[in-house]
Amino acid sequence: MAPEAKTGTALPPIGHGEPTRRDFLTTAALGWAAVGGAISLWPFIQQMNPDASTQALSSTEVDLAPIKEGQAITVLWRGKPVFIRNRTKDEVEKAANVPVGDLPDKGAQNEALADRAPATDQNRTKKGHENWMVVVGICTHLGCIPKGQGLSDQRGEYGGWFCPCHGSTYDTSGRIRKGPAPRNLEVPPYEFVSATKIKIG
Amino acid sequence: MTHTYLKGLACLGVALSLVGAAAAPVLASGGGDAIEPQHWSFGGIRGHFDRPQLQRGFQVYKEVCSTCHGIKRLSFRNLSEKGGPEFPEEGAKGLAETYKVNDGPNDQGKMFKRPGRLSDRIPSPFDNEQQARSANNGALPPDLSLIALARKVEAEHPFYALPYFMAKDIVTGYQEGGSDYLHALLTSYRDAPPAYKMDHGHMVAMTEADAKANPSLPRCASITSEAGADDVCNKMAEGMQYNVAYPGHQIAMPPPLRDGVVKYADGTPGTLENYSRDVTAFLAWAADPKLEERKRLGLMSMLYLLVVAGLLYGAKRRIWSKIPH
Amino acid sequence: MSDHEPSYHPSNPFSKWMDSRLPIMRMMHGQFVDFPTPRNLNYMWTFGGILTFMLVVQIVSGLVLSMHYQPSDAEAFNSVELIRRDVNYGWLLRNIHAVGASMFFFAVYLHMARGIYYGSYKAPREILWILGVIIFLLMMAAGFLGYALVWGQMSFWGVTVITNLFSALPLVGTGITKWLWGGYAVSGVTLNRFFSLHFLLPFVIFGVVILHIWALHVVGQNNPTGLDIKTKSDSVPMLPFAIMKDAFALAMFALVYAWFVFFVPNYLGDADNFIEANPLSTPPHIVPEWYFLPFYAILRSIPSKLGGVLMMFGSIALLAFLPWLDTSNVRSTKYRPIFKWFLWAFFFSVVALGYLGGKPAEGSYVMWSRVFTLYYFAFFLIIMPVVGLLETPRKLPSSIMDAVLGGGGGPTAANAATAAAEKR
Repeated sequence: MAPEAKTGTALPPIGHGEPTRRDFLTTAALGWAAVGGAISLWPFIQQMNPDASTQALSSTEVDLAPIKEGQAITVLWRGKPVFIRNRTKDEVEKAANVPVGDLPDKGAQNEALADRAPATDQNRTKKGHENWMVVVGICTHLGCIPKGQGLSDQRGEYGGWFCPCHGSTYDTSGRIRKGPAPRNLEVPPYEFVSATKIKIG
Repeated sequence: MTHTYLKGLACLGVALSLVGAAAAPVLASGGGDAIEPQHWSFGGIRGHFDRPQLQRGFQVYKEVCSTCHGIKRLSFRNLSEKGGPEFPEEGAKGLAETYKVNDGPNDQGKMFKRPGRLSDRIPSPFDNEQQARSANNGALPPDLSLIALARKVEAEHPFYALPYFMAKDIVTGYQEGGSDYLHALLTSYRDAPPAYKMDHGHMVAMTEADAKANPSLPRCASITSEAGADDVCNKMAEGMQYNVAYPGHQIAMPPPLRDGVVKYADGTPGTLENYSRDVTAFLAWAADPKLEERKRLGLMSMLYLLVVAGLLYGAKRRIWSKIPH
Repeated sequence: MSDHEPSYHPSNPFSKWMDSRLPIMRMMHGQFVDFPTPRNLNYMWTFGGILTFMLVVQIVSGLVLSMHYQPSDAEAFNSVELIRRDVNYGWLLRNIHAVGASMFFFAVYLHMARGIYYGSYKAPREILWILGVIIFLLMMAAGFLGYALVWGQMSFWGVTVITNLFSALPLVGTGITKWLWGGYAVSGVTLNRFFSLHFLLPFVIFGVVILHIWALHVVGQNNPTGLDIKTKSDSVPMLPFAIMKDAFALAMFALVYAWFVFFVPNYLGDADNFIEANPLSTPPHIVPEWYFLPFYAILRSIPSKLGGVLMMFGSIALLAFLPWLDTSNVRSTKYRPIFKWFLWAFFFSVVALGYLGGKPAEGSYVMWSRVFTLYYFAFFLIIMPVVGLLETPRKLPSSIMDAVLGGGGGPTAANAATAAAEKR
């Protein structure tokens, strides 16, 4: 007991004895203020996420007609390069015949499919359009852009793409075959809006 | 204490130079494509540009390089500023007026062209990357404003000799790797060898001797190589040139200079060697226009700091002279 | 140290008036004038002062550069070139700041090596040491953010590689990278926030440096013998003795610094950073600045991405636990005949990792990176605790003064010297 607390009107000692209504009010007020404080942090954190103008660039349409067999183009989608390659019959056949068990990453990495879908060539292309390979052109190791789009580019020993940063080598289906990258190149969400046009995103 | 430090330093120095001396012959015999360090008037700690050389270099740039390469970070005024080619201001002004520069909009809201002024940037040959690529078979001629700093010589020293070469470059103030590379590039166009093989992702030229020793090697193959086949031989890609100084040896730029393409007014012989040196010096200045000011101020600063350090050392010695420590 | 008597006597009316309201002069006098400094400090103890100087240089040069720099993806590289070419003395300020970052790290590595060699982290200096580790982390963040601002190819791809490290974290990884970037890839939005943070961090560092110096002045400086100051003869007043030695060392450091600024300003940089950032083209070898190379080598030596990230951050976090990993009851490695060899091997392996971090991750380079990474961790986690328990240290001198005089001096000389020191 503090010396001042001689009469009944004096302040009760803090933190001792039975909880009183006043203690409850103090706790409630502090708790309520803490919740408000925590909530008010949210705008300060959330402002760093992509803004509306960035999000608005989320889908892109691409005309495939000018891309001849064996050629490839790169388009920008959400600031990321997307590789679109018109594969030769030979390449499609070879990619389809690779046993999934031989692959370092056995997942299809196709946003349209379930997480566990196996990394077969069918699971990484659209049915009826197997010659078209559409992948995000960012190495899954540390985000470099693999070589292999230009005709004179080095494509690595599996004929797909080769990352100059740390030597990851992808096959024509964009699957990692050799090197440090942990995953296959990601297949972005896309659909054929006509026979020769796709919409990415 | 001080003596131990000095002795240590001296030993280190001797050891480093011994290692360097031992490593040097290895290097000389090792790299076939080694780029030799050149003597540049602007190299080293007392380096400065040779004005006539910069002026000749600008002439080479203007008459040859500028058909494909821009130099967008230079303005006409820079050509007559101190520390550069120092063309007379009237000359630079007259030169600017020969260019047509985009300006506008005018009172009718239209863009128009007008003669250049001293304050204008030197216009580039192409308006954008797409135009440059379409005019050059898909290749992009890089802007040359910073090229002398944006290139380097990849020296491969054995790890034990590295401290020696690092110390040597720092002490001699060697910063001309980019210039050495540019000069080597301009003078290293050769006839393409008969074959290449792939080695660690680079195309390595095979010499005539290699090709003769290995008659079974295919003379060409598709660029796509199969798994495990590291030695597939390749043809040079369409429209590419062979250059021993260029990494990978295939360059899209045709040989830009040969004897006699530029007529020098000052009587300097018009040889490939001279053109290459002059334009390289000009590009070195374009990339680092404050080089002379920097080195001059550097010498004065070093002198000042040496005096400060000397005085402080004396004061420190005196203060501590009676204190065992 | 708290036990010394400050000799501050305000002489004029103003300083007396001030002293009874804000005794800042009294504090400065006590902490930086007659603060007792071990008399046997060698030149490795001058880096604290040098680092304070470097922090001020970086803040001042950074402030003036920010008056000309534009943090947008279109203009960042152009504004750096404007500074190099057109701003009055802009080339000098840019060199001072860019070379300054390297010099700052050069000094901090020597400062840390000295701390480890002489056991400066051991009780009662644990908090002092941990504050130092925090400063080191903040410096690395500031260095990384600042290098990004140049917006050259190496800046851009360095940022891409390093921010992508966070995507290795399970569940939250991709969300965090998107949040850091403010987009779906590194962009001008990222550059702008990096500029804000790069501007903020030096002031945070400044704050922690004040705590670091405060902690230092509570427990006092360590010294080459690792012995505590026992009597007055073990120490000399900070002014003029330690201050003058620091000043001379600073002048020598400034000579090296100026050499780089004026004669080899781009030696420590990368040629690729004179090419403007291009999100669609990757340079063939992405190499961080030299001061990150040992940690980059550790990152790449681990085959798993998440594992590499954890090991890299772990290698720095481990430093904070040094005071408890070292089981020896002797501070200075000078008196530890066995540990000495392991410690030099450790310094060697950090340098070797630095070399390997700059090489492509292939062939024998990877193998050696693994060997030295293994030693790095084994040194802290196994060698340090075990050797500390098993080793018999050499006989310690009875006091700092005793160590200074070796066998040659004798007590009379010692007394004479002390008297001389006290007369000042």
